Amino acid sequence: MNFKLKVWRQQNENTAGQFRDYEAINIPAEASFLEMLDIVNEGLIARQEEPIAFDSDCREGICGMCSLVVNGIAHGPGKAKTTCQLYMRRFQDGETIWIEPFRAAAFPIVKDLIVDRSAFDRIIQAGGYITARTGSAPDANSIPIGKTVADLAMEAAACIGCGACAAACPNSSAMLFVAAKISHLGLLPQGQPERTSRVRNMVRTMDALGFGSCTNHYECEAVCPAEISATFISRLNRDYAVASIREGLAARG
Amino acid sequence: MPSATASPTQTKRGSSNPFIAFCQSSIGKKIIVGVTGVYLIVFITGHLLGNLEIYLGQDHVNAYAQFLQGLGPILWLERAILIAAVVIHIVVTIQLAAENRAARPQKYAHYNYQAAKPSSRTMIYSGLLVLCFVIYHLLQFTFMTTNPEYRHLEDHLHRHDVYRMMILGFQQPIISLFYAAAIFFLAAHLSHGFSSVVQTLGINNQKVSGFVSNGGRWFSWLIFAGYVSIPVSILIGLIK
Repeated sequence: MNFKLKVWRQQNENTAGQFRDYEAINIPAEASFLEMLDIVNEGLIARQEEPIAFDSDCREGICGMCSLVVNGIAHGPGKAKTTCQLYMRRFQDGETIWIEPFRAAAFPIVKDLIVDRSAFDRIIQAGGYITARTGSAPDANSIPIGKTVADLAMEAAACIGCGACAAACPNSSAMLFVAAKISHLGLLPQGQPERTSRVRNMVRTMDALGFGSCTNHYECEAVCPAEISATFISRLNRDYAVASIREGLAARG
Repeated sequence: MPSATASPTQTKRGSSNPFIAFCQSSIGKKIIVGVTGVYLIVFITGHLLGNLEIYLGQDHVNAYAQFLQGLGPILWLERAILIAAVVIHIVVTIQLAAENRAARPQKYAHYNYQAAKPSSRTMIYSGLLVLCFVIYHLLQFTFMTTNPEYRHLEDHLHRHDVYRMMILGFQQPIISLFYAAAIFFLAAHLSHGFSSVVQTLGINNQKVSGFVSNGGRWFSWLIFAGYVSIPVSILIGLIK
């Protein structure tokens, strides 16, 4: 298969970027999107040109490292998958494909299609943990947790922190990510001691890092590789409101 | 990639006063917009129920208008809350919209919407159009600046003849058309606003979300049908 690529090239955070045209020739239909870029890069390297910089690691949809906005969709067309799980057979032969980096003020561009997503690490550092000493792996079911709650917490815990939610959101909001993190800990008994401080600190760090706020378009949910439901954002809003009331009451007395 | 273990640095510090910190936070602002929105939804529903009294005849409408005017301080309290709700709803939304624009300084060359609906993407425009309409609506029917002749309308009990005022106003097809268009934008705003409020106030979950978004659409189109039925009934001569 052959494709015409329009790829965002940018030297670093401080220089202006632009789209450059490339030809992807002789690409097997079973190649993944990242393998297609690898083939294009081999050609560029052979011609002594600068290869296209993009992120990847596990290439099996688990690590959350690959990014890319393909034809205007974070992680490209199709539901519940990362860019590395996108295959070229999904495209028409001869199709023009637009490839852009995840765009958000809080995700500065490192080079070409690579963005710095350490803003998410800062949000996690602000409260995405429990302080209980866990020691070695405890016995399963030593703390009984109802199935409904356990399932819901597990759904939220499926978040791989790739940042597609913030990339897809018209407001570059990270609320689906933060909602998943506060829900996965806040639903479980182990997460209760820090529930109030967690949501408060994570939301305020998210704001301080320059992410926008949710206007309920649900673009995030549509592109999330882990299919995290946007209704978790409603839980985030509720937990934040409750945490603010608790904080207010604590300050009074 | 730059160090992922950098300590949490805050580019802007929140206030130490919990209330101010809440009002400055993204979710706090969303909740403020949501709560004022709920008040406006209640007002719009109540206003519609009042308007629908036109189908009960002149006496009902004028008696209801006189009752409202007779409320005195309660009426002014309601008006004060309403004006405050409108101002806060708009001011806080503008703050949020500015923050949201700043969060995406470089736009996508090719963005492909997957889930956002026309109503959700045009909230700020539908809201501003409704605001323009509300100003005209107040000048027409409340202050009667555009139509000073309405001031002298009286029924046989010497009450202000609101019934006649509505009929005279909507007998002009241009005014009715403009009114219907404004109510359309109001319905579009509510269509997204209703379900957004449920989400923002933390009441939404996976069990009720489908019901909430459908409910929002049904509610807003019922509001549209209710309001627009009045000029339509007047224009086709059902109400005279």
